[in-house]
Amino acid sequence: MAGHKHPSYLKIYFILLALFVVSVAGPEIAEKLGLEGVSRTVLVLSTAFGIAIWKAYLVCAYFMHLKVEKIYAPYILLACLSLLLVFFFGTATDAMFSNGHNWVKSYSEEAAKEEAQSRSHGGHDDHGDGHSDGDHYGEDHHDEGDHDGDDHNKEEDKDSHEAH
Amino acid sequence: MAHQIIATSRSRTGIPTGRLAVWWVIGSEILIFGGLIGSYLLNRFNHGPSWSVEAANTNTFIGACNTFWLLTSSLFVVFAHAASEKRDAKKTRMWIWLTIMLGGFFMGFKTYEYTTEIQHGFTLFTSNFWSFYYVATGLHGFHVVCGMVIMGIIAENDIKHGRNWHRVENIGLYWHFVDIIWIFLFPLMYIAK
Amino acid sequence: MAEVAHAEVGHDDHHDHHEPSFWSKYVFSTDHKMIAMQYMFTGMAMALIGGFFAYVFRMQLAFPGASIPFWGTLSPAAYNSLVTNHGTIMIFWVAMPVLIAAMGNFLIPLMIGCDDMVFPRVNRLSYQIFLISAIVLIISFFVPGGGFGGAWTAYPPLSAKAQYNATPFGAPLWLIAVTLEIVAFLLGGINFITTVMNARAKGMRMYDIPIIVWMIVIASILFMCSVGPLIAGAVMLLFDQTLGTGFFDGAAGGDPVLWQHLFWFFGHPEVYVVLLPAMGIVGEITCTFARKKLFAYKLILYSTIGLGILSFFVWAHHQFISGVDPRAAYLFTTTTLLISIPVAIVLFAYIATLYGGSIRFTTAMLFALAFTGEFLLGGVTGIWLGSSGVDVYLHDTYFVLAHFHYTFVPIAIIATFAAVYYWYPKMFGRKMNETWGKIHFWGTTVSFNGIFIPLFILGAGGQHRRIYNFQHYPDLAGADMQDMRVFATLSLIVMLAFQVIFIVNFFVSLKRGEKAGNNPWKANTLEWVATSPAPHGNFGPVMPEVYRGPYEYSVEGREEDYWPQNEKPSDS
Repeated sequence: MAGHKHPSYLKIYFILLALFVVSVAGPEIAEKLGLEGVSRTVLVLSTAFGIAIWKAYLVCAYFMHLKVEKIYAPYILLACLSLLLVFFFGTATDAMFSNGHNWVKSYSEEAAKEEAQSRSHGGHDDHGDGHSDGDHYGEDHHDEGDHDGDDHNKEEDKDSHEAH
Repeated sequence: MAHQIIATSRSRTGIPTGRLAVWWVIGSEILIFGGLIGSYLLNRFNHGPSWSVEAANTNTFIGACNTFWLLTSSLFVVFAHAASEKRDAKKTRMWIWLTIMLGGFFMGFKTYEYTTEIQHGFTLFTSNFWSFYYVATGLHGFHVVCGMVIMGIIAENDIKHGRNWHRVENIGLYWHFVDIIWIFLFPLMYIAK
Repeated sequence: MAEVAHAEVGHDDHHDHHEPSFWSKYVFSTDHKMIAMQYMFTGMAMALIGGFFAYVFRMQLAFPGASIPFWGTLSPAAYNSLVTNHGTIMIFWVAMPVLIAAMGNFLIPLMIGCDDMVFPRVNRLSYQIFLISAIVLIISFFVPGGGFGGAWTAYPPLSAKAQYNATPFGAPLWLIAVTLEIVAFLLGGINFITTVMNARAKGMRMYDIPIIVWMIVIASILFMCSVGPLIAGAVMLLFDQTLGTGFFDGAAGGDPVLWQHLFWFFGHPEVYVVLLPAMGIVGEITCTFARKKLFAYKLILYSTIGLGILSFFVWAHHQFISGVDPRAAYLFTTTTLLISIPVAIVLFAYIATLYGGSIRFTTAMLFALAFTGEFLLGGVTGIWLGSSGVDVYLHDTYFVLAHFHYTFVPIAIIATFAAVYYWYPKMFGRKMNETWGKIHFWGTTVSFNGIFIPLFILGAGGQHRRIYNFQHYPDLAGADMQDMRVFATLSLIVMLAFQVIFIVNFFVSLKRGEKAGNNPWKANTLEWVATSPAPHGNFGPVMPEVYRGPYEYSVEGREEDYWPQNEKPSDS
């Protein structure tokens, strides 16, 4: 690849670093602002994953010189990526609907969550990033954003579980 | 018997043979990691509530440091490539060894991270999230170590003797790819909670 | 750009200047032809093992409980192990090495007019990993608990837990062997693709590449693009087996059906990975012996590419009864039925090639024609199985088994024999005996139909695939059904017996066969330019140049009915 003009690698590197900071900060900001529901999901997804894609693009285009590489190379990579999507969505049609009509799951999401929460509380305070015992994901998210609320919430779950 | 292989010197596509093969290697690696990450995502969507609790226990700080090491090493390896294009053996080797050093940082942080996690009871068997976590990051770490070893061989065996300059670029492509995998593993395992 | 390429590559070859020893010539050779021979002989040795396994379990089915010659009585566990390893061996250690690796290694450099693969040492490494994988598989038969018995598809939880499959060592070893084998073919595949993309002879444009080279390359691409998820899945399954993780364990929140997706996302393109080289072989041979230009070269090429792309969209048709959503099943039925179109286009193009040709019925041609006919039968029965409604009834019956043997036997056995008879002169410098070849042909194809036509009927009658002793199932133990089982088994023994003729013919012809010139079949493609057997470096000091397509047979105004690709046009 001697013939072409290199872009400034340092410039790309600093853009990558800036993006990296944003991608870490985004979810943290969502955390601090106590965002909920759709706005939180959008912020986390766009900062964490949207920026990951952008970063990957920058590395591919400039560090790996795909912008100036012969057309075969991006085709190879794009073909592999698109097949990956085929695999993912083909499998998702099945794996995302794994609640059977004629069988019962022995695995319980609730029980798994409780177990995970009890593990998180078990002496894990000196490790992690300060909010290690939160539940902040998707549809069954509860209103509380702080520690007390979570603990309360967990107790409630336990109660209802025992009542059954 | 002194037969020079003509096939290796041909380049009908305009891409040197070694680099073309590296593109195919990367293509197949995309599918290996993609299969793993795809399986992880399917499970993650199915087990959202419990897995997000589990994911909160990963160490974002160390993950972020490791991202930084790999991003920087990606920069160093392009510098090595730029130096190799000028046939500057000294600089090429220096940048390669700096890259290897950052890879070493990555693996060191990774080791610390694994150790603390296992000490806190988060092992391969704790739950499926942790199984995926260890397999995905472990497979990635294996690639990092392989890249470091190959770079060491290239620096000491080829560049030192002023031959096979094209290998710097080839290993660089592989290294960038390993970096990109981490760019995706980082938000998947550490940020999304 | 080209100068840079030349400056950058090509000075890392260390060639020996002394006369090669036995080891460096036959065992650690980097010559593509020698590696092809290594693959071929390893594959044939494995085929003998796989064939023997088939003989043992067919004997058990025909004469349940009897003491089987060369084996003894067969236990249910050993039966499962034999069935599993028969499938695994025949696909991964016979069809793959012989069709892709041996044919690809032997033919690609010769047919595109270069002296070796672009990475000779990677090529050697690929064979060595393959050999290790074969040895690991063979070791797995002898460990405590015996070889793995969970079918070649290795569905969890049967494959994941030792308390279910009762093979605590056989199952992980089997998985390791398969993974190593896949790694070997990844290396080989990258080598093939890169070689064809970069190292073609001067003047060889896209449409001058022989169809078999295209097909091997497309097959390698299919393999490379489909196998990734399976490698990830194999690592996960291995952890499940040996360490006790729960990736595919429903009780731990895993999804056993996910393995089926990971497996069949590879497994279905894999069918085309072995099919395409076989179709390529048949195309070459049909064209040469019909003495006619290949009908619709470009259509065949584009159909093959379409076939390759479509093959990634059909995998769930193996899972219609394992809980795939019916709406997804509808989609996969549609794509499955669609994929029969490009396959049919290629086969009918071969038949159209025959029309009006002056056909020469050599042994190779007979095998090629047999492939076309038998494979059509296999393909047509696939239409039923691809329809999800019919599949609910036929799934896991002998109908499925007969269907895929009607595709795989033409691929792995008939097309391979065609290739061996056709390229034997180029491999060893002599022709195989045609008379014995024809006897071998008729014995093989007739007995092959004798095995599997009864199995179609049995399967349609509801006979399940994985039953060890049908006497335990009164509905399936009727005299008429048992007679058909005996007939199939006897046909198998006849088929195996006829292979002795082939083996003897093969080795006797090495020494006594009629000497073949460079171009015994008067074919056009570049491999016939090299001397027979082709020397190291293939073409001597001057590499051939290409002036025309590979199928210029019976061109008007020419004295001879063939026109080699490298022959200079007389007017220029």
